[in-house]
Amino acid sequence: MSEDEEMTKVNIASSADIIAARGKGRELAMKMGFNVVDQTKITTAISELTRNIVTYAGKGEVTIEKAQSETGDKNGIVVVCVDEGPGIKDIGLVLKGGVSTSGSLGLGLSGAKQLMDEFEIKSKPGEGTIITIKKWLRRR
Amino acid sequence: MDIPILKIEDFLVVTIQSELSDDEISKLQEDILLRIKDVGATGLIIDITALDIVDSFMGRTLSNVAATAELLGAKTVVVGIRPAVAVTLVELGIRVKWNVNTALNLERGRKLLKQLIGAEQRGGVS
Repeated sequence: MSEDEEMTKVNIASSADIIAARGKGRELAMKMGFNVVDQTKITTAISELTRNIVTYAGKGEVTIEKAQSETGDKNGIVVVCVDEGPGIKDIGLVLKGGVSTSGSLGLGLSGAKQLMDEFEIKSKPGEGTIITIKKWLRRR
Repeated sequence: MDIPILKIEDFLVVTIQSELSDDEISKLQEDILLRIKDVGATGLIIDITALDIVDSFMGRTLSNVAATAELLGAKTVVVGIRPAVAVTLVELGIRVKWNVNTALNLERGRKLLKQLIGAEQRGGVS
């Protein structure tokens, strides 16, 4: 199977899309041999980030695929969430958790960061947000 | 999809059998509250054994249902959280804000409800 076939893109605009994206994430994580706890963490992180897209940006997309670390010694999964929504003014504050402008628990971003091994965010007010999260397979 | 709400003695039991969309969640929330009022339920058990993920949105929904049920005089216990879901919820940081009673399974959930209701009737803190 080529690498391309391992890449999934889901357009996000509604709660049904969130469920679809989670399903794709779970599927790939399972196929790659992540244990149930890590599968659940990955799926939950995808849910948090895509939920943010629906709530704040209205629409966007998520890409889920296999990843390899720069040193080539780790394999894992990478999820990229892109939207052209309002962006985030104070990323530091949001990442602390417990802050919400939508009446939610405010755990989305901080939670996704906590659940994954790597977390990168680029956001500009008025332009949108790109969030990349990664989880590595644990070697036995 | 209609989610059945069963009545056992004075308790309602709701089993969530698949992942729910936002619309299904709001409908369920409404249905539960109407049933509590109709049958005068004093307790509510929400069984989420079938859910392989509970994100912060679902977490908040469950806590909202519990809070609203409480206003109608019914205590809520969430049962059937899977181990992997529990690990994830803790890492998500939900404990701090999550004011929901939980029990391992239906049977223990029923016991816990009876204790909670009993404690309240005795005027204790629940």
